[in-house]
Amino acid sequence: MKKYKKHSLLLLVLAMFLLPFLLDIYWLDVITLVLFYVVLTQGLNIVVGYTGLLDLGYAAFFAVGAYTTAILMTTFHWSFWLTLPVAALFAAIAGIIVGTPTLRLRSDYLAIVTLGFGEIVRILAINLDITGSASGIYGIPRPTIGSYVLSSQQDFYYLILIIAILSVLVVYRLGHSRIGRAWVYIREDEDAAEAMGINRIRLKLLSYATGAVIGSLAGSIFAVKMSAIAPLSFSFLQSVMILLAVVLGGLGSIPGVVIGAALVIVLPEVLRGAEDWRYLIFGVALVIMMIFRPQGILPKKYETEDRSDPEEETNDKNHSISV
Amino acid sequence: MSILTVKNLKLQFGGLLAVNDLSFTVEKNSISSIIGPNGAGKTSVFNMITGFYRPTSGEIELDGTSLVNKKPSQITKLGMARTFQNLRLFPNLSALDNVKSGMHCRTKEAVWGALFHTKSQKEEERLIEEVAQECIDFVGVRKYMQRSAKNLPYGAQRYLEIARALATKPKILLLDEPAAGLNFEEKQYLIQLIRRIRDEFHITVLMIEHDMGLIKEISEHITVIDYGCKIAEGTPNEVLNNEKVIEAYLGKEEVI
Amino acid sequence: MDVFLQIFFDGLVMGAFYSLIALGYTMVYGIIKLLNFAHGDFYMLGAFIGYALLSFFTGDGGLNTGLLGIGAVFIVTMIIVGLAGMGVERIAYRPLLTAPRLSILITAIGVSLSLEYASMIGWGASYKVYPIKLPKNGLEIIGAQISFAQIGLIVLSALLMIGLRLFIEKTIYGKAMRAIALDQAACSLMGINVYRIISLTFFIGAFLAAGAGIMSGVYYGTINFMMGFIIGLKAFTAAVLGGIGNITGAMIGGIVLGIVESYGTYYLGGSWKDVLAFGILILFLVFKPTGILGAKEMERM
Ligand SMILES: Nc1ncnc2c1ncn2[C@@H]1O[C@H](COP(=O)(O)OP(=O)(O)OP(=O)(O)O)[C@@H](O)[C@H]1O
Ligand SMILES: [Mg+2]
Repeated sequence: MKKYKKHSLLLLVLAMFLLPFLLDIYWLDVITLVLFYVVLTQGLNIVVGYTGLLDLGYAAFFAVGAYTTAILMTTFHWSFWLTLPVAALFAAIAGIIVGTPTLRLRSDYLAIVTLGFGEIVRILAINLDITGSASGIYGIPRPTIGSYVLSSQQDFYYLILIIAILSVLVVYRLGHSRIGRAWVYIREDEDAAEAMGINRIRLKLLSYATGAVIGSLAGSIFAVKMSAIAPLSFSFLQSVMILLAVVLGGLGSIPGVVIGAALVIVLPEVLRGAEDWRYLIFGVALVIMMIFRPQGILPKKYETEDRSDPEEETNDKNHSISV
Repeated sequence: MSILTVKNLKLQFGGLLAVNDLSFTVEKNSISSIIGPNGAGKTSVFNMITGFYRPTSGEIELDGTSLVNKKPSQITKLGMARTFQNLRLFPNLSALDNVKSGMHCRTKEAVWGALFHTKSQKEEERLIEEVAQECIDFVGVRKYMQRSAKNLPYGAQRYLEIARALATKPKILLLDEPAAGLNFEEKQYLIQLIRRIRDEFHITVLMIEHDMGLIKEISEHITVIDYGCKIAEGTPNEVLNNEKVIEAYLGKEEVI
Repeated sequence: MDVFLQIFFDGLVMGAFYSLIALGYTMVYGIIKLLNFAHGDFYMLGAFIGYALLSFFTGDGGLNTGLLGIGAVFIVTMIIVGLAGMGVERIAYRPLLTAPRLSILITAIGVSLSLEYASMIGWGASYKVYPIKLPKNGLEIIGAQISFAQIGLIVLSALLMIGLRLFIEKTIYGKAMRAIALDQAACSLMGINVYRIISLTFFIGAFLAAGAGIMSGVYYGTINFMMGFIIGLKAFTAAVLGGIGNITGAMIGGIVLGIVESYGTYYLGGSWKDVLAFGILILFLVFKPTGILGAKEMERM
């Protein structure tokens, strides 16, 4: 069973590598965007899905990555690859800056504060000279490997594909470790987690920082792929779309979140002509999803065996309601 | 020798004095209890000892180390574990994963180990699994190991919470009304369990309980509080025949 | 001095709008502990429905709109939006009242998106110019120009708030609201129809926000389907400033924020005014989450 799963995963990855030979430029671009979303949603999945912290300003970390890379490459003529660790560092710091004041807040306050931070980052990008104000930064050079310049659609497809695979791997491995479990304990019951000796402050900050780093990677690559960035790409709506993908797919579920990312990007392409309706449909989808299937399309399973033990009556409901 | 010392503890919520100048000690390796009528401040005492409430004033020491101003997680790491009056399991996680949480403070692998599956990380994971299974076996809920905690029968949930606390490898275990909601057989089982925790693991047990039968049977020392004040302490026999205690529970007869 | 006073009055008008919206936030939060993200959109909805009704009357409809007509449009709009608020609660929030917090918060975001983009589809994405304009004349107080319109809006807002206070303090419904905020379970045991009171709370919240929406449409002259988003956040800031759940606090918080922001805009420049508001919000949530009027409380375990 497990082996079978591994094989089909490998097959999927292989198929993804062959995709550029099968698709036209238009659809390749769509899939590339899906992969950006896969990276972003995996990062947010750590924060919202694992740790249960509702972050409504996640696009800010995407912005930190994109702007750091863009500024270092245009103003300071750095190599793309060297900008990555710097961007990641800045994002981690930004994550901690957002995280620190929100640590003691209830979940709804936290959502608003992260939203506020997200807006502050966007407003900063619009108003500062170094970020190119409202028009943003353009003429970002292409990255090079040796003497090869990454410039075609395919090049960037492969670049983001590799990062997407890595981020899935990272999130998977963290999820199956002591750290990942601690995040989930915090989501399930913060006080109980603390009582079990889990330092919630440190782990929440780690969650924010890790999520931020993953988001910033997507941002760095976004900058070189587009070769121009502007504040518009990092709006509240962007944060909401990333969140929507995570929620639709299934909070905490890695394959679910990948599917969520694909849905959020591909659906509007399929529904062309209904452009105006897109956000309305997504808004309604969020509501319906929360009411009828809050666990998402492909929910995370926590019970490892099927529970068909016939003798057991289950507990009355009031013990399973968490507030 | 005492393991836990509480001195002049006071806790104020606005105008309400929930705990008032409370002092008591818990002997190492004993099974002790705190009793008192509803709202007497028992749980608040636990919450202060475990760092969830900050005392208005007073001193708490575990094995000579002051616990005041420490975070709950730090206190747990120092060797104090607890359960909650209203079960606080991780509802969606399997029973096994619930218990694994206790091992968090006894292990140390971080992001690096998780990402690269280092040798020490794998070993540590094996250790966590092993200890968690031991604790699960100890309280006897192995058959529910893979189930979500919320889907366990109520009694099993109570035992599971104890297993989770044991996994932190405590010196002292605080149980807040462990018998609440259990039927007769389950209570008998709980009594066995508490004895074994003390006898086999040498863990001191301090519990809050309303079930006098249970208390009489296993408790060696009782502290009685009413309106946040200590009104009596001693062995079960001494305490349960104390006039003040009877009065606190039954209410003073109104004489006009 | 004259500039100083001028800024003060501009801030007061903005603050009155904030207060009216903040009231809805605070009341809903007080009663069901839900942070209704979609609340700012009732303000937008009020502006648009008012716009639609006014356009109808001042357009070919033939009715000439006197003060009476405008007043009628005002009331009708507020009632329609109030009902919309009740509808949103009934459809989207009620099924989730016992669900985990995260679910209902996400739902609120969904509701907000839906309201915004439904309005965009209905009325278009561009700015709309309000069909009636307020006269510019006014009086001069120590060199500052205060228009009659500003005074009118401030008085109107004050009346609405006084009305709300009276409603909450004097009527049986108001008492029920305060009771539910304290202990919902006890209230339903006492035979209070909790759902009805929650419904009513949403009605009042949306009703007041719609009032602010129309007034701002008339006052600023243009409206847009996204106008509720930022102002919703600001009003939330105002509610936090005053101590969330506290009605007087929301009124004061709104006025204070409006005035602070007005001075901030003057001295720092318009592009930083949102940063100022969010900065205040974050500082308050971190250092004094209970707000100016809130009491300190230890989180129950
Ligand atoms: N966080 C809090 N804020 C305000 N009051 C509190 C808080 N926690 C407890 N109280 C009050 O303190 C008093 C003591 O409560 P506590 O829970 O400690 O009682 P208890 O002895 O455990 O009662 P029970 O037997 O019912 O569990 C009660 O009046 C309670 O309402
Ligand atoms: Mg208690």
